[in-house]
Amino acid sequence: MSDLGMVIVGAGETGARAAVELRTAGWNGPITLIGKEPLAPYERPPLSKFTLISEEEPKPATILDEVRLSEHNIGWIPNNQVVGIDRVNHSVELSNGQQIRYERLLLATGAAPRKLTIEGSDTTGLLYLRTFADAVALRTRFQPGKHIAVIGAGFIGLEVAASARELGCSVTVIEVGPRILMRGVPEEIARIVEARHRMAGVRFKLGISIQGIMNTSEGHLITLADGTDIPCDTVVVGIGAIPETSLAAQSGLTIENGIYTDEYLATSDNDIFAAGDCCSFPHKLYGGRRIRLEAWRNAQDQGTHVAHNMLGASKPFVDIPWFWSDQYDQTLQVTGLPDSGVLTVCRHLSERDKLYFHLSGENRLVAASAVGLNAKIAKDIRLAEMLIHQNQAVLDPIALQNTEVKLKSLVNA
Amino acid sequence: MQELLQWVEACEADAIDEEDVIRFDHGDRTFAIYRTAKGSYYATDGYCTHEKFHLSEGLVMGTIIECPKHNGRFDYTTGAAKRTPVCVDLRTYPVKLEHNKVFIQI
Ligand SMILES: Cc1cc2nc3c(=O)[nH]c(=O)nc-3n(C[C@H](O)[C@H](O)[C@H](O)COP(=O)(O)OP(=O)(O)OC[C@H]3O[C@@H](n4cnc5c(N)ncnc54)[C@H](O)[C@@H]3O)c2cc1C
Ligand code: FES
Repeated sequence: MSDLGMVIVGAGETGARAAVELRTAGWNGPITLIGKEPLAPYERPPLSKFTLISEEEPKPATILDEVRLSEHNIGWIPNNQVVGIDRVNHSVELSNGQQIRYERLLLATGAAPRKLTIEGSDTTGLLYLRTFADAVALRTRFQPGKHIAVIGAGFIGLEVAASARELGCSVTVIEVGPRILMRGVPEEIARIVEARHRMAGVRFKLGISIQGIMNTSEGHLITLADGTDIPCDTVVVGIGAIPETSLAAQSGLTIENGIYTDEYLATSDNDIFAAGDCCSFPHKLYGGRRIRLEAWRNAQDQGTHVAHNMLGASKPFVDIPWFWSDQYDQTLQVTGLPDSGVLTVCRHLSERDKLYFHLSGENRLVAASAVGLNAKIAKDIRLAEMLIHQNQAVLDPIALQNTEVKLKSLVNA
Repeated sequence: MQELLQWVEACEADAIDEEDVIRFDHGDRTFAIYRTAKGSYYATDGYCTHEKFHLSEGLVMGTIIECPKHNGRFDYTTGAAKRTPVCVDLRTYPVKLEHNKVFIQI
């Protein structure tokens, strides 16, 4: 390779992990990590949890501080957006006009909250949550006694609802779908999560759309399709995220539900890779099905993995998806792709700790999901992940339900 | 200041399954005690160095303990951090086996 450097667009979870791994894997040339945000790479998961409820002034949970960046000799350029890629000359252009040439380029641009648009409504002043600055803005509004409306009952909306309740706000969650957590978890788990929120005093408006939103002197007035008015101080919108593909699209790279990559996380240009929330890739263990994940460990795993392929390793990415969410004292974890199963069986670990296995038609384990106390479910989910990794092990549904049968005994059996 | 070390009885040797871990509390401190598949014993601090989650609820794989919360990993024989998000090593403690009981020096 020439003495051009490795350039990473996006200084988030994926970009940070890739930068460190490039060094660890022995790349001695320049590494440049370019980020739009002013902060050094930090963790996003606490933003809807600890950052909102902590008693002290919150600080970002930094992944790579300036000391570690310089230890690894990673050139970090904050506050700069990459605005163009010149694929012929192998260079990127920054918003400050600077041009940087690359040997290999990684797009780790993440995702951005989907914006709510309602015809004829004033949606200015609605809050979203993706960055540390967003979390600080929410935090200052979440005063005891305030009424918070959360639009969207996905993971982020529900975590925000839980945090707002813990801070003594009253909370209404509005969701157009028939139930909460439509994407990502089976109905059994969604029901348990909803019950926990209701117990905490959250009000739900499910299966109903919003007719309009008005700004008022106190805050906002939301009107539902059935005419119900919901006055509130603050509206937080959590209706999903859209992969950040604009730079890739404008550079002529293939886009398909995110930046299109092959199983090596290479885009339609062999010198440009994409990883994390921004990309879609085929998963071999799921028959080559194309998926795009918005999950923290995937961002780490892909960031770490792609570094090696940028250096010429060409190893397919086959890690099993894994996700967790914390709401109150309850955790839920999902591994694999539940919607690729046709049969679900439950292992009742206790009154409140439930583990579900999702099997394909041939009784292959394709996913597992669980809800309960972290201490009770985490190990089993991890073992289930190992079973999925074993070429989707064929398992006996009866044994899976039986708490006497140790999951560990099935691994490599 | 020099720490005063003492050997403390933690558990019966067979209280831990092979390739597994248990929690041991002593005073206001908490530890994780491991047994390898070959029957050797090790001890570390109880909590992960990332956040305050107890490693005894994690999964033991060979000489690796994986944290149950975010899947960070340590080599429990050395305490070395092995996988993100953990980057701070875990403290380890000497272990001895006497009369089928596990003692740790703390
Ligand atoms: C509030 C919240 C809570 C979450 N909680 C959980 C959880 O509990 N469990 C879980 O598994 N996952 C969780 N996630 C998801 C997880 O944080 C993401 O999957 C992960 O951050 C993705 O990492 P990434 O690097 O791909 O993208 P990001 O972290 O979004 O980083 C991308 C970065 O690229 C920058 N960027 C984009 N375009 C450009 C450009 N052209 N030039 C320069 N910079 C650019 C962006 O500003 C951003 O900083 C949560 C996410 C959020 C927002
Ligand atoms: S608490 Fe152990 S990895 Fe996060």
